[in-house]
Amino acid sequence: MTTASTMTEETQPNSRVIGLKMSGALKESGEREALLEKIDSVRQIDKAKLKINDLSFYYGKFKALHNVTMQIPDKQVTAFIGPSGCGKSTLLRIFNRMYDLYPGQTTSGEIMLDDQNILSPSVDVNMLRAKVGMVFQKPTPFPMSIYDNVAFGVRLYESLSKADLDERVEWALQRAALWTEVKDKLNQSGAALSGGQQQRLCIARGIAVKPEVLLLDEPTSALDPISTTKIEELVHELKSDFTIAIVTHNMQQAARVSDFTAFMYLGKLVEYDQTDVIFTNPGRKETEDYITGRFG
Amino acid sequence: MTTLDTTAPKVVKKTNNSGVLGDRIFKGTAFFFAAMVLVVLFGIMLLLLKEAWPTFAHFGFGFFYHSEWDVVNNQYGALVPIVGTLVTSLIAIVIGVPVSFGIAIFITLMAPNWMKRPVGIAIELLAAVPSIIYGMWGLFYFAPWFANSMQPIMTSTLGNVPLIGQFFQGPPIGVSIFTAGVVLAIMIIPFIASVMRDMFEVVPTALKESAYAMGSTTWEVVWKVILPYTKAGVIGGIMLGLGRALGETMAVAFVVGNSLELNTGLFYPGATIASTMANEFNEASGLHMSSLIALALILFIITFVVLSIAKWFLLRLEKVQEGSKT
Repeated sequence: MTTASTMTEETQPNSRVIGLKMSGALKESGEREALLEKIDSVRQIDKAKLKINDLSFYYGKFKALHNVTMQIPDKQVTAFIGPSGCGKSTLLRIFNRMYDLYPGQTTSGEIMLDDQNILSPSVDVNMLRAKVGMVFQKPTPFPMSIYDNVAFGVRLYESLSKADLDERVEWALQRAALWTEVKDKLNQSGAALSGGQQQRLCIARGIAVKPEVLLLDEPTSALDPISTTKIEELVHELKSDFTIAIVTHNMQQAARVSDFTAFMYLGKLVEYDQTDVIFTNPGRKETEDYITGRFG
Repeated sequence: MTTLDTTAPKVVKKTNNSGVLGDRIFKGTAFFFAAMVLVVLFGIMLLLLKEAWPTFAHFGFGFFYHSEWDVVNNQYGALVPIVGTLVTSLIAIVIGVPVSFGIAIFITLMAPNWMKRPVGIAIELLAAVPSIIYGMWGLFYFAPWFANSMQPIMTSTLGNVPLIGQFFQGPPIGVSIFTAGVVLAIMIIPFIASVMRDMFEVVPTALKESAYAMGSTTWEVVWKVILPYTKAGVIGGIMLGLGRALGETMAVAFVVGNSLELNTGLFYPGATIASTMANEFNEASGLHMSSLIALALILFIITFVVLSIAKWFLLRLEKVQEGSKT
């Protein structure tokens, strides 16, 4: 805690950092310019999907997130990186009120999804989760057929005709780049697929209800490199339709798939910027240390 | 380095050799005890068949569907105890399964943390209460209360419904097929509930969370994800309860009324296979004894058939899950 606050308050010029890492145009810019650029890039989020304002989170009395304020841009990929226990998954699980399942977990502050504060007790959590889908670390196919897995959420919210439902299932599987692999075995159990396919099935299930935001909680950490590549390509594809927030342990992955990156440490949002800025010209020393592998 | 490389495998090999002998002994012993299971099962079956043979030889197939059980005239038919056994167990399952399901779901998904352990332990303690205690409670407290308060209400309401009305008739004495079914239900609830709870508890958190993350209500999570995920165990738990209900002797003998007359009304006294055997073994001999053992064989077969149906049902469920679209 103490380390983090001293780190955050640190105003050391980071020209050394830039000198070490940077090439091209950015190499010449000093700390001041970097800061200005950072402010600019944050301003570029003119269409924010989620506006997080002074958000804190508590496990009982333990404060796990400290006054996070940030905006997540619409139809872009925002990555959350940071060492284990930094609160990135916790933050993600607030976006769909997953913490509601567990007594003793509370929040303060607000998160505006469009114009609605999703932390307000009056929010219908089930309707919120229809708008904010989530894919978990381990693939979690439901114990039913592939078709039923994808149709699961759709059936909860819409009463579609058989033909419309078929069409929706196909659409979701197409979007999740799984259709060609499963179109002949839609009625087989979802558990019979490989790990990577299961994860794409979960993504298909998530997007079948046409959510506005898609949360991915370390979606590739249990997968092999080829499946990981597929999921990453998929994330890139999907951002034309959905606002995506992805938590990842893999910094290369964050660099590859995201437009914006938030670095978190000890429950605090240390730095949040365009991904290329974070990875090429971070404004803070902790970020620099983390992405260069000096800790974490 | 070379010395090390050559000696190391030798040492490993030596330990392996003594391990092989130990393994053989262990395998042999385990095989012996496993084989004993089959031997005992077939032994019981053969003995029952042998002892029951005079009855089957005397009455033929009629033994299964004749309802007279007349010790004085040496006339025996097993219909009343068979029906009594099946009906009391059916009542127990119909009442017990939904209640157990509710208890298990409450403990795993809804109960506040401070409540989970005490309730869970209480259920296991209830499962350990000897059946005679349930029987005495049923006879001295439940049966009179039921005869005075519940039975008149049920007779005057359900008793007037066409078709099923005839089942809710009988004298207000308390001991009856229905009472036995209710007492059995109370006895098997702890079994079924604790098996179901164990099953629901091993459902991965991530799976439950993903179902919630789709916007499901708790009911939808339970019905569409948890229950299909645990169906084998849940059906196993129900079968465990059913097995206990079919074979339960003392508690039923206390409250069933022990009347070997055939009635359609559930509030009439009746008998089950186990209660008949417990009541009549003492003074039985000859054909009477043989008929009682024939009853035992029938109970054995009923239990076997019920378990087989459950297994078949499970297999079919798995096939349906793989083989159909909706």
